[in-house]
Amino acid sequence: MRPDPDTVRGWLGKVPDPEIPAISVVDLGIVRGVGWEDETLVVDVTPTYAGCPATLVIALDIETALRDRGIDKVEVRRRMSPPWSTDWISPEGRRKLLDYGIAPPQLNAANCAGMLSAQSAACPLCGSKNTEAIAARGSTPCKAQFRCRDCREPFDYFKAI
Amino acid sequence: MDPLVTFCLRMGDTTLILGQQTAAWCGHAPVLEEDIAFANMGLDLIGQTQLWYEIAAQAEGQGRTPDDLAFFRTERQFLNAQLVERPDVDFAHALMRQYLFDAWHLPMQETLCESGHQAIRELAQKSVKEVRYHIDRSRDLIVRLGDGSEESHAMMQGALDALWPYAADLMATDAVEQALVGIGMLPPLDRVACAFEAETAVTLDRATLAIPGNGHARTGGRTGIHTETMGYILAEMQQVPRSFPDARW
Repeated sequence: MRPDPDTVRGWLGKVPDPEIPAISVVDLGIVRGVGWEDETLVVDVTPTYAGCPATLVIALDIETALRDRGIDKVEVRRRMSPPWSTDWISPEGRRKLLDYGIAPPQLNAANCAGMLSAQSAACPLCGSKNTEAIAARGSTPCKAQFRCRDCREPFDYFKAI
Repeated sequence: MDPLVTFCLRMGDTTLILGQQTAAWCGHAPVLEEDIAFANMGLDLIGQTQLWYEIAAQAEGQGRTPDDLAFFRTERQFLNAQLVERPDVDFAHALMRQYLFDAWHLPMQETLCESGHQAIRELAQKSVKEVRYHIDRSRDLIVRLGDGSEESHAMMQGALDALWPYAADLMATDAVEQALVGIGMLPPLDRVACAFEAETAVTLDRATLAIPGNGHARTGGRTGIHTETMGYILAEMQQVPRSFPDARW
């Protein structure tokens, strides 16, 4: 049985990101290629941050999910170039992040010289744009901590990178 | 040694030792946000180390893994800049060490984005985005604490006086880099030192800190000459794998 790449992508769309389980590895934009090489199903994955501890878990989760679908030979390959950008998070992924309480990254901010001060996040709880950054890092490397000046709630912002 | 291997070790050893020192702040920083920031930056640096060691190991072709390079080399085999092995002392020292490193690391990575070596170019294009966030934080804190209270200013100036002589080691180059520039594998690196000078002149001035004018410069890390703190760092970092060399998770 050799399911076509689109079917495989559909399956991977159900593999959650280990750190932010609200979105899948496909939503996150890190699955870069799916294809067969002889009898082996090869999945190309781009790491988010070079040192993100979730990278190894993601490879294992993808392998496990595909084995559960009856595919024996799976190879997860790392593809470095072009480097992952938060612009690759799908619209669906952005909606899921917001529902989960994480403000999604601003679009096209990936090359704003990485400056958090150049980015603004809307409050995922009340929608207000009157927010301020508290700290450039949060519970994971990819997030910053913000606070809403209107509803006063703190929230996570997924930094554009 | 192949100049490519030496260069990758110079880069990877520098990010590894700083990553190790930075990670040690986990649970000790003065406020939770800085605790988290240091830990996360340590992760970025150790992740980048992994990539440098992969290139070095492949060029070397002796079947060594990144873990072998990190845990089974001795002090004289480490080629990191001396700056990153300098001791924590206090938060001001840790921060100043980080800032001076970042002020070199960002232009270095920007330059390497144009490397003629594919894996180095890809590494740099990935890392440079992380490094921009690093300097965004350290620059901000240097200014806030340097131009802060009398006490914070004195602590930051003390850290700058102690660490400035070691910054030269970041920029130190020799026949290794020249050889790689000569074959087009590296772009010319003189612009890195220029960018470092420009960045530190502006930021330290904003921070009301004075660059020591005595011209002292300490170098040698790139050829394996280290300061008295290096052995202790390696002892702590390597103790478990050296005690249990065949252990697996």
